Amino acid sequence: MPDAEPTNQIHDAITQAISEHEVILFMKGTPDAPACGFSARTVAMLQDLGAPFAAVDVLPDPRIREELSAISQWPTIPQLFVKGELVGGCDIVTEMYESGELAQTLGVEDPAESRQNAPLL
Amino acid sequence: MPNAQEIKQRIEAAIPGAQAEVEDWTGGGDHFKATVTAPAFQGRSRIEQHKLVYEVFGAEIGGPIHALSLKTQSPQ
Repeated sequence: MPDAEPTNQIHDAITQAISEHEVILFMKGTPDAPACGFSARTVAMLQDLGAPFAAVDVLPDPRIREELSAISQWPTIPQLFVKGELVGGCDIVTEMYESGELAQTLGVEDPAESRQNAPLL
Repeated sequence: MPNAQEIKQRIEAAIPGAQAEVEDWTGGGDHFKATVTAPAFQGRSRIEQHKLVYEVFGAEIGGPIHALSLKTQSPQ
């Protein structure tokens, strides 16, 4: 089983990356060059909130996606993790972005809210 | 190739009391958008709710079903 060890290394690298980065996005492509509309939208929402995040491109090796889905029990890409926990894919991130929950989860100010409040200040 | 009607029926058959509205997002038979309402979602997080729906299709998600965009809710 020559493949067993490299796969475990990928598994370990993924769990380590999730635990080391407060906000980490597994996506297709890179934030500058997303390779899928769902990944692009998720990146755009994070960037709109000004939240710093680490990004991992799953495309270079299919085992990254296999191991990631085995760890998260989540079948699709992108996957956003905050403080070691899966927050969701594009649908959930979009719902949370629209409700202001995403800003809260990320610990940043919701730009929509600050725009609303601006005239009062 | 799955179609919207088949996806709707499979969700409704697998999750007790579920009602699903499914549309073929691109018309290409591989990107679907579903709104699912089910009593089973009550008290579960969004992640758990979406997982319940994804489980219906297993490895087909990411395969023949390239994308299944979900919105889940429990009945009012």
